[in-house]
Amino acid sequence: MAELVTSPVISRRWRKPPLIRNPWLRWGLLIGALVYLAVAISSVPVDSARIARGLERGARMISGFLQPDFASRWYDIQIGVLESLTMTVVSTVAGVLLSVPVGLGAARNLVPAPIYLVCRSIITISRTFQEVVIAIVFVVMFGFGPLAGVCTLAFATIGFMAKLLAEDIEEIDPAPLEAIRATGAGWLKTVTYAVMPQVSARLVGLSVYRFDINLRESAIVGIVGAGGIGSTLQTTFNRYDYDVAAAILLIIIVLVMTTELISGQIRRRLQ
Amino acid sequence: MSTRAPGIHSAIPTAIFELKGVTVRYGALAALQDVSLRIEAGERVALIGPSGAGKSTLLGVLNGSVAPTGGEVRLLGRDVARLSARALRQVQRQIGTVYQQFNLTPNLSVIHNVNAGHLGRWSLAKAAFSLVIPLERETAARALENVGIADKLYERTSHLSGGQQQRVAIARVLVQDPVAILADEPISSIDPERSREIMTLLRELCDRLNKTLVVSLHALEYAYSHCDRIIGLREGRVLFDLPVGQVTPAMVETLYRIRA
Repeated sequence: MAELVTSPVISRRWRKPPLIRNPWLRWGLLIGALVYLAVAISSVPVDSARIARGLERGARMISGFLQPDFASRWYDIQIGVLESLTMTVVSTVAGVLLSVPVGLGAARNLVPAPIYLVCRSIITISRTFQEVVIAIVFVVMFGFGPLAGVCTLAFATIGFMAKLLAEDIEEIDPAPLEAIRATGAGWLKTVTYAVMPQVSARLVGLSVYRFDINLRESAIVGIVGAGGIGSTLQTTFNRYDYDVAAAILLIIIVLVMTTELISGQIRRRLQ
Repeated sequence: MSTRAPGIHSAIPTAIFELKGVTVRYGALAALQDVSLRIEAGERVALIGPSGAGKSTLLGVLNGSVAPTGGEVRLLGRDVARLSARALRQVQRQIGTVYQQFNLTPNLSVIHNVNAGHLGRWSLAKAAFSLVIPLERETAARALENVGIADKLYERTSHLSGGQQQRVAIARVLVQDPVAILADEPISSIDPERSREIMTLLRELCDRLNKTLVVSLHALEYAYSHCDRIIGLREGRVLFDLPVGQVTPAMVETLYRIRA
């Protein structure tokens, strides 16, 4: 401190202090990182023959995509789309309904510690695994088909919705809670009158948002055999029907864009 | 033994509130220390004292939401320490509270906030159904008429002014129809002109409906004009507890004196 005051000449210009103070360590780490990078890149095997073959296949795929074929498998596509939509609706409704009690239980301001921990664990398990991983588990359990897909999406919905709902609940105004509790109302009635009204608009908004996530995911979980348009898509790839695959992809794009548009409208109106 | 909560309608007059040596501690902090008092049916009591004196804690004890750390609390003649959670809720139905911040659910319409007064009696199914199609609309409308805002029944609560929200909170207490009304600084968040109206409303309703009133106040003039008895709290202790006429300016000065 004293030095700063007595010698104003030395530190007129401010310089950003280095992240690592020791220059040997600083430069050593930097050079080490560069050497590692060079070695790592050189160790990746690059097979020019394979790249050439891949490019050729890629060209075939692109030419197939340029002429999407909606007609030849129209029936399969229809069934796939319908199945995906059904999966989305059922899993969103079931997931949202189940996520409400889990979300309430995961709000620290509402429940005692044991219930809180149980509900938080459910959320953590659901959020740890990517949908595809969960789908594989359910396909093993229930076999191929949309049931596995519905279970996957519903399970993923619980984690997503319950976590966001719990966070919302933890931030509500506690004053009405205090007042309703003091009238002699029990826990459920207090939640119904003081908690849910404060989070319901967001709950609806999140549900709509989750609906379009579930539609998108329904195409992906289908690829591991959990039903829906994804399964149809997977079949066309296995048959090298790139023109049909292109048609399916276009349909997915249109579907997802449409639901996103609608859900965006709904959510904007809610706010 | 009658099936009704004893003390409410029994022939022998029991105190509405009776505290003996009550202490409330939050960790190391003693919010109330050795407080003893008795409030009879029909009294109008003002609680005064500096911020942090324990007024809100005392009201919390009186409506059963704060459990004492020591001492004996009898609400409507029943010892709260011996009550099950359910029995305590039954006692709480008989005690209505009005708060400084109104404590209404902001995004519900007024009628639902007023109907929340029924929650101690209503079943969960009835309570939930009422949020879809409001029940007992006439009772709610009459309560709102009593507090002077009959036209606000279907308004969104957050759209009302502070004074109007406090009237909704009072209507909620009217619907609850308790034996005693507690008010925790009911006028501190309201502009001065509306304050007198709210205090007069509270007092008149208690007179007309024959309810006991305990109100904590920062504005001393209303303690003198609207109450019959004043309890002075300081640092968690009762400094004085006297009829309005016997409270001297010297006592009040001691109550609010900043500690040297």
